[in-house]
Amino acid sequence: MSDNGQTKMVPINIDGKDFEVPEGMNLVDACESVGVEVPHYCYHTHLSVSGNCRMCLVEMGTPMRDRATGEPIMDDETGKQKIGWMPKPAIACASKAAPGVHIKTQSELTKSCREGVMEFLLANHPLDCPICDQAGECRLQEFATDYGRGFSRYVEEKNVKPKRTVLGPRVTLDNERCILCSRCVRFCAEIDKNPVLGFTERGSHSTLTCYPGTQLDSNYSLNTVDICPVGALTSTDFRFKMRVWFLKPTKSICTESSAGVNTEVWSREGKLYRVTPRRNDEVNDSWMTDSGRMLYKMVESEARMQRFRIDGQVCTLGNAVLRARELIQLGPVAYVASGHLSVEEQAMLRKLVEKEPGSVTFVGHTKEGDGRLITNDRTPNVRGGLVTGLIKELPVAELDKLRRQLESGEIKTVVCYGEDLTKAGIPSELLKKANLVYLGTHRNATSDVARVLLPTLTVFEKTGTFINQQFRLQKFYQAVPGPAGLMPDVYILDALLAECAGGAPCRPTLEQIWQDLAAKVDILAEVKFNKIPETGLLLDGSAYAGLPFCEGSGWHFEPQRELAATSKF
Amino acid sequence: MSKVVERKPLTFLEKTYLPQIVGGLKITLQNAFRPKVTLQYPEERPPIPEGYRGVPTLVRDPNGREKCVSCQLCEFVCPPKAIRITPGEIPEESESVHVEKGPEDFEINMLRCIYCGMCQEVCPEEAIFLQDIYSVVGTTREEFVYHKQKLYELGGTLPDEHYKWDKKKAATERAAAGGHH
Repeated sequence: MSDNGQTKMVPINIDGKDFEVPEGMNLVDACESVGVEVPHYCYHTHLSVSGNCRMCLVEMGTPMRDRATGEPIMDDETGKQKIGWMPKPAIACASKAAPGVHIKTQSELTKSCREGVMEFLLANHPLDCPICDQAGECRLQEFATDYGRGFSRYVEEKNVKPKRTVLGPRVTLDNERCILCSRCVRFCAEIDKNPVLGFTERGSHSTLTCYPGTQLDSNYSLNTVDICPVGALTSTDFRFKMRVWFLKPTKSICTESSAGVNTEVWSREGKLYRVTPRRNDEVNDSWMTDSGRMLYKMVESEARMQRFRIDGQVCTLGNAVLRARELIQLGPVAYVASGHLSVEEQAMLRKLVEKEPGSVTFVGHTKEGDGRLITNDRTPNVRGGLVTGLIKELPVAELDKLRRQLESGEIKTVVCYGEDLTKAGIPSELLKKANLVYLGTHRNATSDVARVLLPTLTVFEKTGTFINQQFRLQKFYQAVPGPAGLMPDVYILDALLAECAGGAPCRPTLEQIWQDLAAKVDILAEVKFNKIPETGLLLDGSAYAGLPFCEGSGWHFEPQRELAATSKF
Repeated sequence: MSKVVERKPLTFLEKTYLPQIVGGLKITLQNAFRPKVTLQYPEERPPIPEGYRGVPTLVRDPNGREKCVSCQLCEFVCPPKAIRITPGEIPEESESVHVEKGPEDFEINMLRCIYCGMCQEVCPEEAIFLQDIYSVVGTTREEFVYHKQKLYELGGTLPDEHYKWDKKKAATERAAAGGHH
């Protein structure tokens, strides 16, 4: 880092070409940043360097200087400074970008190094590819084709080690496939701070195991499966479900909490198979929680609402919206929503509230987080409600005020968006008496007593944005189509709005909603939906700094309040 | 410009038609005494040549183990997308539990199949073969979707050159008995 906080760029030379890379950057990353691949197994950007796989061996050299005078030694032929090449190859992962470093990634020596490393790694590797879940995203497969010699000289019997070893409730280990890169060991020790994994035995007997009496049961255990470069660590949930080359990744955001973990959702033919983290160095690095990965199961849940209903009877969207409008206009109306809504839905709901005024309350879902990627706020988008102007105050856990208003008859109609009001302190007898319009994805005690049911889509079935705890605006995309006959939430809100305003529904695109938002909300004035970067757009949340948000500190997040408190001293 | 084709009048011999009739009868008689080539299908069946690409079938090895491990490469390579595999885990109590993975169901839609043989070519376990069955009949579309059981019935058992998984099992047992680990 230089004085002004900007990362200093230094010139390095890769395969005879000059590049500028940030000073001190790991050479493997530096090569990757300029599009040169240095194959590696044990190195991971977010873990410490262990340098044990030797796959990233390259030839390395530095500009020569005279030892006595320190004067540069010039090459008379080229007129440039002579390069002093090291006599033996060095591992790129244990070297940092420094001014003038020269490396050769394509030389004969480098190639033969890689062939040698591949040969040793494959000597005892089982021929499991047809049954191995990693096949298709396996570093060993990829580098064997790219850098291996293409045939085997090994005629001896291969090692036999235990297969199907259960390391923890969600992770299965195949010892034979392990190449002892120690990424998982380092992850558990350095990131998860739960050092249960380690190697025992020596030489070809080396085995990955848990420390006696422990198991790999942390809520971050499936990250070891993601970073495993081979098929040794596999997810018990995803095991043998589908080959990865059939799966289509879609960028998404985890809805587990307001951390806004970036994810990739893997689907085939409209069916979800797994969720993996997507790298975002400002939010979640390369990690996500095991619990967040299981959220995709809600899509095929039994409790999923599939039909529009009035008083329990199946009806069309038109009739349901008509009835909902009648109930809303019977009024007085109150709206209950939460941070589970996307920014676009909150914007549409705000339009509806402007047309049919009523109080808007967010139900809070707070539960103690883990100080890492699960925050205390278990909804992904409370800040969206503030930014869109839908709410002025933070969510509440108990709807005491609404309960009193319902009891006194002050409120007759409740529009509930995905919340179980019975859990927020409103008894279902009271709800039965009120005119309840329910929008949501799954059935619950509240939807059971609703007069009008408008089923909506889960986060995997629609496109939109969330604003996480850092006020980072992040996009998620539709991965799979929703159940037949259902449509995105914004269309339902638009239909409801059109019914109330007496016009025709216009089915706004996300761009149109964002144009509208940019005109209405100051801090979104410059934002266009298509221009939001995939790593998110950090908004200026200073206007809300005074609010007592419930998040504590976590990875890449420090609460504003405490910062304000400490700055007083 | 139109072109006038001149028609020559028939000669006397041609007018009698006799040379043509004799010529025709000659061919008829020649064929009447040739050996018969018509097969009384379906009672008689033609010999199937080596390398014929008939209906794709699943085979077992001589020990009766189902060879498919549901790697889904055939499903991937199949040009008309006729193959659909539901992968599954081999249960603990099975004899081939060491293979770990096998097809829970294996469907080939014979209405889609184009008999290209890519599935046989791509199979790493030598489990799918286009054998000598060429007549596919049925009265509903569902009947043409062959499931795992039918595919194994059609495929039967073929000789195995490798016994890859049997060797693997033997090596594991040797290791357990204190041999090479």
